[in-house]
Amino acid sequence: MKAFKFLAVASLAIAIGSATMAQGVTLRISCGAVGQELQLCTDGAQAWAEQTGNKVEVVSTPNSTTDRLALYQQQLAAGSSDIDVYQIDVIWPGILSDFFVDLNDYVSPDLVGKFFPRIISANTVDGRLVALPWFTDAGLLYYRTDLLKKYGYGAPPTTWSEMAKMAAKIQAGERQAGNASFWGFVFQGKAYEGLTCDALEWVFSHKGGTIVDDKGDITINNPNAVKAIEQAAAWVGKIAPPGVTSYQEEEARGVWQAGNAAFMRNWPYAWSLGNGKDSPIKGKFDVTVLPKGGSDGQHAATLGGWQLAVSRFSKHPKEAVSLIVYLTGYNEQKRRAIKGSFLPTRPALYKDADVLAANPFMGKLYDVFVNAVPRPSAQTKQKYNQVSSAFWTAVHNVLIGQTDAATSLRMLEQQLKRIKGRGW
Amino acid sequence: MRSRSLISTLLFYLLLLIIFVYLIFPFYWAIVSSLKSPNELFETPVRYWPAHPRWRNYVDVFTQQPFGRNLLNSTIVAGMTTFLSLVVGSTAAYALGRFRFAGKHTIFYAVLSVAMFPQISVLGGMFVLVRSLGVYNTWWALILPYMIFTLPFTIWVLTSFIREIPRELEEAAFVDGASPLQVLRIVLLPLMAPGLVTAGLLAFIQAWNEFLFALTFTVDNSARTVPVAIALFSGASQYELPWAQIMAASVIVTVPLIVLVLIFQQRLVSGLTAGAVKG
Amino acid sequence: MTKKGRLSARRARTAWVFLLPSLLVLLLVAAYPLWRTLQLSFFQVSILQFPLKPSWVGLDNYKSLLADPYWWISLKNTAFFTIISVILETVLGLGIALVVNTRFSGRGLMRTAMLVPWAIPTVVSAQMWRWMYNDVYGVINDLLMRVHLIAHPLAWLATSRLALPSIIAVDVWKTTPFMALLLLAGLQSIPDELYEAATVDGASAWQQFWRITLPLLKPALLVALIFRTLDALRVFDVIYVMTGTNPTTMSMSVYARQQLVDFGALGYGSAVSMGIFLIIAIFAAAYLVSLRVEID
Repeated sequence: MKAFKFLAVASLAIAIGSATMAQGVTLRISCGAVGQELQLCTDGAQAWAEQTGNKVEVVSTPNSTTDRLALYQQQLAAGSSDIDVYQIDVIWPGILSDFFVDLNDYVSPDLVGKFFPRIISANTVDGRLVALPWFTDAGLLYYRTDLLKKYGYGAPPTTWSEMAKMAAKIQAGERQAGNASFWGFVFQGKAYEGLTCDALEWVFSHKGGTIVDDKGDITINNPNAVKAIEQAAAWVGKIAPPGVTSYQEEEARGVWQAGNAAFMRNWPYAWSLGNGKDSPIKGKFDVTVLPKGGSDGQHAATLGGWQLAVSRFSKHPKEAVSLIVYLTGYNEQKRRAIKGSFLPTRPALYKDADVLAANPFMGKLYDVFVNAVPRPSAQTKQKYNQVSSAFWTAVHNVLIGQTDAATSLRMLEQQLKRIKGRGW
Repeated sequence: MRSRSLISTLLFYLLLLIIFVYLIFPFYWAIVSSLKSPNELFETPVRYWPAHPRWRNYVDVFTQQPFGRNLLNSTIVAGMTTFLSLVVGSTAAYALGRFRFAGKHTIFYAVLSVAMFPQISVLGGMFVLVRSLGVYNTWWALILPYMIFTLPFTIWVLTSFIREIPRELEEAAFVDGASPLQVLRIVLLPLMAPGLVTAGLLAFIQAWNEFLFALTFTVDNSARTVPVAIALFSGASQYELPWAQIMAASVIVTVPLIVLVLIFQQRLVSGLTAGAVKG
Repeated sequence: MTKKGRLSARRARTAWVFLLPSLLVLLLVAAYPLWRTLQLSFFQVSILQFPLKPSWVGLDNYKSLLADPYWWISLKNTAFFTIISVILETVLGLGIALVVNTRFSGRGLMRTAMLVPWAIPTVVSAQMWRWMYNDVYGVINDLLMRVHLIAHPLAWLATSRLALPSIIAVDVWKTTPFMALLLLAGLQSIPDELYEAATVDGASAWQQFWRITLPLLKPALLVALIFRTLDALRVFDVIYVMTGTNPTTMSMSVYARQQLVDFGALGYGSAVSMGIFLIIAIFAAAYLVSLRVEID
């Protein structure tokens, strides 16, 4: 009943919206929290508003991703039209798809083709294009160039075991030299979404699949995945601090940026911070693709990033779509890449001279961004959070030594089957 | 004899010192962190006072954020919640503390049971309520829901206070022909002052610090309160936590509460003792 | 009816009038949402579906709850958290209240200091403690190593054995002052003459504590105990911020939130909430029975 009412209101609003287009409408977009991210969003939205004669209000949202999702759910489940355009995580299209308009109805396939196909497919649920990619993210390996040189390594590691060996040697050496707080490697090991990202990289790099494959079959219980998780568990307490199983991104960066780690797995954001004015490691590090799982493994980086979606309850969907097309457009993404190092979602921008001049690493790591591995959110849809939570809990149990990887993954498989039920 | 008392005095003050440090150290640490530069925060070994205190962090809180508006919202929301809880709660406490009637116990238990419901699970129903009342994203969207935890507690505290007050005064007033409301207002309220201060202060702090409802029932800075505003702080990207700024903001929001305690201190102490006068 | 009977009927009416505003407010903000939660707990419904497609499942959600290992784990964690934190908070709170109740210079400063932990928003203080607990650059390891209480840095939140106790330490820090404040009010209502008389009779300070302080403090102590227990049973923020949904520390409320918000399972999440409510209600009833004498 309620739904019908909303639909009726929405379609009525579309009609009115197009009739009054000339006078301009007021849209609300939710993006960023505060600081630079919010500023860039506000500037972009204002530019669109001036061009089109409409108005945009920017709504800032919580920094924490889970808080943000909770807020969106309440808004959307209540059919609220308070927010027209939502900035959503790359794993949310499957979760929230019911609440967003199908962009295929508004934009041309030609435009869609200008984005990374992998990200577009992550945003496509049951054939509906739920959101347009705004900026992307992928896991990277940070390494200390000065320390690698000091201990006689000419190049960053290409496999995880090579990385572990180098880390152990550097750690022993630095500790002997007097830094008792030095560690070989830091990553995100807390039981949260970040661990799903890290562990997916370990598993995929060992050719252990993506937890749930594209067809929706549960694939996580395989020998390669077991090997990958076991290997990671062996790092904890040896080359990674025992507290790493409570680390999120910032804790890892804290150890790394104080000069207390040789390697770090993190997102590109740590690049500009590490090269900040007073940073102790400024100019002493570089980034590369994450190692392979053994010589026959493959490189893997988990796909992150944010998209823009239009609420189905928006009273002005046409204008809202026009706004997100503008914000995800070539020029706007270029501006954001130069000013804020946000990674573009259009391949063409990685060949743009201005973008590359501002962010040299973008050109070098183009392949990483193109081939980033999506988490299984598109296939598991609304159950993605359950799947991810089961996965990170299983991995965390192995990392803290509560069970071994084989047992844990076997139990995980059973649990995922229960979650899946008759279908995702 | 004298040396023993000297030792026990010393021990007593040592105990005081330990308690004081335990209570205050984390707040001290918040102040220290709020004055550090981003890199100093992660430094090892830890620095107990920043090399170059960065007062700029405090300025940033106000210039990079409508923090002043958030402070205003918090003050009004917490103030109104406290005020309403005290007004509504004191009449209820009077009824529960002084009157005999059927169903009194049931009511009392019902009120208490409200205080124990986990906030997270009334969230959905509350959201529907707030929207249907048309107060979404206003101060009222927070003031009303906050009564769910401030009101039962206020009633509880005030009821026990009223019971402590001797009946004679009231009875004299009734004989003089005063109505129950007049008795409550003129005779009891002044005597309840310590209880009102205690209950009010506790309600204010609870409302001031509430996060979950504030996050869900507001959408922009017209009604957003301080804890949510702090949770919105981020750096250049979603992962970065501008720790120093978060700590600076926390110090700023804690100060008004300390000031409140200082203002009401005398009242709190003398009042609490006055409540002990036997009937 | 006698005159006395009419009078008491009128007084009862007055009482209801006085209660009315509070009851109305509580019906609105508590009974309605609670009713909704109860209803939802009999349905299978996802908040993520549009339009909502609730399907009636009767008691199925409750049956799954009883068979859900994570529910029992979170119940166990919550029980541990509640028992330890309430005991520590009561003992420490009483100690602090006794100390602050004696006359000494700097009492005002102390009383102000007492409220500081409580005044910092939990979302912030939990973050702050997480920072202080860090195994590499955290101040707690640094302090403890300086005074030689530990030889190596500990991973407070990452070790299963230490995680929940570390969180309890934060809760104790934060809520002991609240306990102390309630008890202080009780202490100050004990007349000085009683102690003076006891001193004249030659009772030691220890005897005075057991014979005078504790019995007279009982009502205040019970009130404080009830509120702390009920609060501890639904602990959420501090655990959520410090260790998230990790099963080694997950509380019942954290689990309810995971179901309701992260998984969008409105029906099952509501059943979890009702489970918490029932458990708390049993505790409340037990307390109230033991408190009955005090209410009349």
